[in-house]
Amino acid sequence: MESLLNRYRNITVLLLVIFAQLVLLAIQVKNNADVPLIRVWTVTAVSPVARLVEGLRGGGSGFLHNYILLHDTSAENRRLQAELDRIKLDNIFLKNELNRADRAKALEVFQQGTASKMVAATIFMVGAVSNSKVVYVDRGTLSGVQRGMGVVTPDGIVGKVIAAYPTASEVLLVTDADFAAGVISQKNLVHGTLKGQGTPMCRMDYVAFEEKIESGEMLFTSGDDRIFPRGFPVGVVKAVGPAQPFKEILVEPSGLQRGLEDVLIVVQGAHQAIPDMPPVSQPVYIAPAPPSSPGTAAGQAVEATPGPTGTEADKLRAIYKAAAEAQHHTFGEGGPGIKLPDFTKLPVPGATPNTTGAAPPTPSPKPPSPKPPSPNTPGNPPATPPAVTPDAAGRRANQPAGTPPGGPPH
Amino acid sequence: MSYSDDRILLNSQREGQVSRFRAWVMVLVPLAAILFQVYVPMFFPFLKFLEMPLLVVIYFALMRRNQISGLAIGALVGLAQDSLSQKTPLGMYGIVKTLVGYFAASVGVRLDVDHALLRLVLAFFFYMFHQFCCWVMARALLGQQQLVFEWEKTLAVAALNAVVAVALFRFLDRLRETA
Repeated sequence: MESLLNRYRNITVLLLVIFAQLVLLAIQVKNNADVPLIRVWTVTAVSPVARLVEGLRGGGSGFLHNYILLHDTSAENRRLQAELDRIKLDNIFLKNELNRADRAKALEVFQQGTASKMVAATIFMVGAVSNSKVVYVDRGTLSGVQRGMGVVTPDGIVGKVIAAYPTASEVLLVTDADFAAGVISQKNLVHGTLKGQGTPMCRMDYVAFEEKIESGEMLFTSGDDRIFPRGFPVGVVKAVGPAQPFKEILVEPSGLQRGLEDVLIVVQGAHQAIPDMPPVSQPVYIAPAPPSSPGTAAGQAVEATPGPTGTEADKLRAIYKAAAEAQHHTFGEGGPGIKLPDFTKLPVPGATPNTTGAAPPTPSPKPPSPKPPSPNTPGNPPATPPAVTPDAAGRRANQPAGTPPGGPPH
Repeated sequence: MSYSDDRILLNSQREGQVSRFRAWVMVLVPLAAILFQVYVPMFFPFLKFLEMPLLVVIYFALMRRNQISGLAIGALVGLAQDSLSQKTPLGMYGIVKTLVGYFAASVGVRLDVDHALLRLVLAFFFYMFHQFCCWVMARALLGQQQLVFEWEKTLAVAALNAVVAVALFRFLDRLRETA
């Protein structure tokens, strides 16, 4: 060793002196990031070694723990498995709680949107008989529930209370064979009775053969049964079969489609109108009406001019009014004995008055014929104008715009 | 000329005489060279091209014929030069002159450094080596990437320094004492 040092003494001294001056230089000089070069060099020199040492240590330790020291692996595996099972159960519980909160929120929104007074209840038990469609809810007479009250959800009716106990009530589901409720169709307002069959599908009875009801039509409670207020959704017509004297109509109840857990018991019903559109679960925001046009004074009642979007009653009213104005008659003026306008000369829609040679229509008190009406065009005027009875006018108020009298052609 | 011998290479290390200098010469001459480098260009800017500390280091390293002595002289002179300069950090010229002293001493062992032509060539070469090392270190360690090595100017200045070195070395030869 000594001879080696003696042999390379000069170069060793040179390297030492150079190294010492390099250190001196590195202490003073800083790089672009204002870090002394001595620090940069030191970190650059040390970090690979440290990384190598740490890699060796980590690898060795990992190898030791993962391949050699496995004496407690089985116990730890069992413990982790048990913990995983517990976490799964907690997860299911929390999901159920979340769903429950969502359902409660939906029920609350539905309660706020209807005038009926209702009590929320939860189904906690089903009937003991296997083929019965009976459930028990956790609300009873102490909550104001009485026998005969209807049970609904935002999606539709569910059943009715057949027995009320202090803390619970027994509910007969809509699918039970003993269930019955008065219903009305949304489109043609056909009345009938909904009956359960013991199957998921119900049937609608007592609909005369000549009544118009279509597959896909929505049914609502009619209020005739004094159980459910008018206007609650019931279900959708799935099939309509011709039979005598009543049609065979299968109905899919909408209240049971999403499963049953939380329901509302109608403790004080309030009738409401049959909606034009199928009900939706979520409330829809409707923006306010646009401001009136410049030619119309604000707040002034605008005389409705029958346009292409008016109902048939509005169109008939406009025709008669035009005929009266053509004969210089003003409604509401004059006394008894004045000359009444001649309504035998009604103008044809789309043509100037008194220029058509069509036979004058005569109002008829008869109800509209169930036969589909012929197309009402200027070139083919109807032989008799459709008679408008108060009941019919009331019904057609719910029809979509442009629907011909007697319903759309089939 | 006393060194008119045409032989440049020495046959053995024994043929080369180790020049000895008095202690005050070893101290004052480098100090005078450094002072010259610091003060003379202030009054005579045209003398700025002279690298007197480098020439002194080359001379002592060549004449001492000892690598450790050469690198020590180079390191000391270089550090002293660095300490008097505000622009260069300590160690910049120290490292370069250490290398020059070491290699000059290594050359002095093999060559007849009393030869005038050889002194001219060695001074020229070591000046170029010194400037090149300074350029490399400035770029590598100080991050002065924009620094350009001016070959033409450096060659010309190296030639001038070599001419001055021949005269200076002859003057310094009078201060040595032969063993």
